[in-house]
Parts: sequence; structure tokens; C-alpha cells
Amino acid sequence: MASDEVKLLGAWPSPYVLRARIALNIKRVNYEFLEEKFGTKSDLLLKSNPVHKKIPVLIHGENPIAESLIIVQYIDEFWASGPQILPSDPYNRAVARFWAAYIDDKWYPNARAILMADEGEAKKAALQGAIEGLNLLEDAFLKCSNGGKFFGGDKIGYLDIALGGFLGWIRVIERMGDVTLIGNCPNLLKWGENFAGDDSVKDVLPETEKLFEVAKFIVAKTKASAKH
Amino acid sequence: MAEVKLFGVWDSPFSKRVELALKLKGVKYEYIEEDLKNKSPLLLNYNPVHKKVPVLLHNGKPISESLIILEYIDDTWQQGPPILPKDPYLRSKARFWAKFVDDKCIPAMWKACWQKGEEGEKAMEEANDALEFLENEIKGKRFFGGDDSIGLVDIAADVIACRNGIIAELMGVQFLRKDKFPNLCKWADEYCNCSFVKENQPPNQKLIHHYKALIQASTSSKSTK
Repeated sequence: MASDEVKLLGAWPSPYVLRARIALNIKRVNYEFLEEKFGTKSDLLLKSNPVHKKIPVLIHGENPIAESLIIVQYIDEFWASGPQILPSDPYNRAVARFWAAYIDDKWYPNARAILMADEGEAKKAALQGAIEGLNLLEDAFLKCSNGGKFFGGDKIGYLDIALGGFLGWIRVIERMGDVTLIGNCPNLLKWGENFAGDDSVKDVLPETEKLFEVAKFIVAKTKASAKH
Repeated sequence: MAEVKLFGVWDSPFSKRVELALKLKGVKYEYIEEDLKNKSPLLLNYNPVHKKVPVLLHNGKPISESLIILEYIDDTWQQGPPILPKDPYLRSKARFWAKFVDDKCIPAMWKACWQKGEEGEKAMEEANDALEFLENEIKGKRFFGGDDSIGLVDIAADVIACRNGIIAELMGVQFLRKDKFPNLCKWADEYCNCSFVKENQPPNQKLIHHYKALIQASTSSKSTK
């Protein structure tokens, strides 16, 4: 492989893969998208991410990079001359990283559990946790955006990408779980519309309808295997 | 005047990371010891989301989460050795392995120490699997950060190197075995023998006393069930 060829191993429904694609689009990087088949892991995936065996993996020349937020930071730092993804100020960078980590470590497990948990206390707790999380992010948006349309201000930045990867899934969870998540956060609601319509996002954001079908399948499969 | 404060707990590996980073960069700071059973209003104000240590306060602005604080320190203070390399790919590797230490190594190792029976055994297997990956990563290198100086991953894995002896002696759990992880053991020796690292560890007797108290509390709480 040529030393500057860029490949992305992924799958179109994955919120993590979406993050990488948006970052590559922002920097206008040409890349080959290698779609992993659902339920299987290619030899290339196992070879390039032997530790976690997960997508996305960015393969730049001979170098594989795994973990979506690490990939986004790599893209920002390697293609430094393109539009900046991380804020330039160290403190704002730390804030963006803080909330991105919060989304992955605290918010997403709750959001996921809304669909996966059995009815009752667990589901209620998950919903409450997810709503509280979005309220915190609504607040963070007001602080970070500085009057702009995005967390990054006038243009999409790291935190937009971190949360935006889940935008389609938020809509799916609301529909499948018959719950309101982002709907109660007016600023995030508007942010979501702006994000979805952005040039770097609109061609790679999966259609909610298609995600819904995938979600139904995954939820049924997960619940069935949990019963054995 | 630039003002740096660190809210920490003396035996917290995560607090320790930030102390090491600040010392590496020669940054003067005020250290504030927190009592986790009685968290200060300041801590709760500066880290309302997680209510945890460490929190770094710089010019009145709080930063939480140890690895994020480490990157902030590296971004902000140019003096002293770099915590992260300059090359984007090497930076991504450093971030990957630091996250791996946090997500895969430390939780499994903690469980292997404190949970007995089947859960403890399962955790020990997971810890060994995780350490195996680290073993392969350190092969041929003096430190995770390179041959010259310690970096993000070394600091993140400080607890693995520095508490191995105490945990083996007091809890009978030996993680860094020479037969299983020769390279990791060599790294731990090199790392622990850095004067910089030696000078910045909690006092050994205090740590032993602390672990003995924790072990006793754990055994007595189990026998009252």
C-alpha cells in the first residue's frame, strides 16, 4: 500500500464509524471505505485491531489507528492544515475531551440500556440517566458554542462529532423506546438539525428509517442471546 | 498570576498521575488533600459531574479526568520533557495504550485483588490477557514513551509498576510475574528506579498500613454477612 493511502474499516450503522467519516470529510481526505459484514470480522480487521477487534479502524499507509475519538484526533493532527477539529485553546480542548469521554463512558451506556434492559427499574434508571446526560450536554452546548450553531462555534468540532455520531441512534431510541430524549432539549434539537445538514455530515449520516430496521434486528438478537 | 491547584487523594493512582506530570514539567502547584468520605464543597463545585479526584485548577478553571488533565498539562507547559510525542501516529498509539490501561488493565486488576472466588478468578484471567498486550507493546523499548524518557502510558501505568510489590506481599496477588511478563517486569524495574518516580511515590509504610486496613475492613465486612 502506498504510504499515503487511507482506508477506513467500518459499517454504515456504527456511530463510531460515522465520527471517523465526518472527520475525514472535514479535512477533505480521500479514503476507501471498507464495509465489514455484520456478524463477521474480516482478516484485515483482526490484523489491524488485534486488541479490541472492533470498528472503526483507520489504516493510513501501514499504520492502523483504532478507537473512534483517537482516530478523530489523529485526523485532526495529521491533516493539520485543514479546518481545525479540536479547539486551539488548551482549556477548551480539555472541555471538549471531557464531554466526549462523558458521552462514551456515561451517557451511551444509559441510552443503550433504554432499548436493551428489561421493563421496570433498570429501564427507568437508564432513561433518567440518559435524559440527565442530555441536559448536561444542553448546558455544555450553551457554554461551548459561544453563540454559534455548533459546540465548536461556527463550524463543527470535536464535541459535535462525538455527540453527532449518535444523532441517528438518538432518534431511533426515541422511536423504539417511545421516549423523549433530545426532544426536551431545545438547543440540542436545533443543533441536531444544523449538524445533520452540514456538508461534512449529510452524505454519510445514515437514514433514520434504515437505522431503525438495524436497531430492531440488533435488539431482538441481543435479547434472544441474553436469555440463553 | 498563574495559579495551579491540584485536588487529590494521597493513595489515588489517578491523582498520582497528575502529580507526576506537574513535577515532570516543573510546574509549581498547591496540593489539596481531599477526604473522599467528606468531599469538599470546592471539589463538588469544580467537578459536579463525576465528583471525583483528581481535579486540576488552573487560573480558576477546573479540569477533570486524569488522562485529559495530562494532555492539558502537556499542551499548556512547554518546558520539561514532552508527555506525548510530536508525531501524530505515535500520539495516537500513546492515547490508545493509556486508554487501554484505564479500560482493560486497572479495572480487571482491581477486581482480581478484591473479589474472591469465581469472579476474582475470571478477573485475574482478564488482567493477564490485558497485561499480555502490554507485554508485547513494551518489547524492545525502555519505556512506553520511548528510550529516553517516560511518557503518557508510563505515567498511566505507574500504579501497575509501583504497587506490584505491595499487592503481591500483602494480598498474595502477583501480577507482574517474570515467567509470564519478562518485558513488563523489566519496564517496571526501570520505571520504578527512575529517581523522579521514586521521589514522588506515597511513603511505603503509609501505603502498607493503608492496604492492611483495607484488607481487614474487607474481610470483616464479608464475615458479618
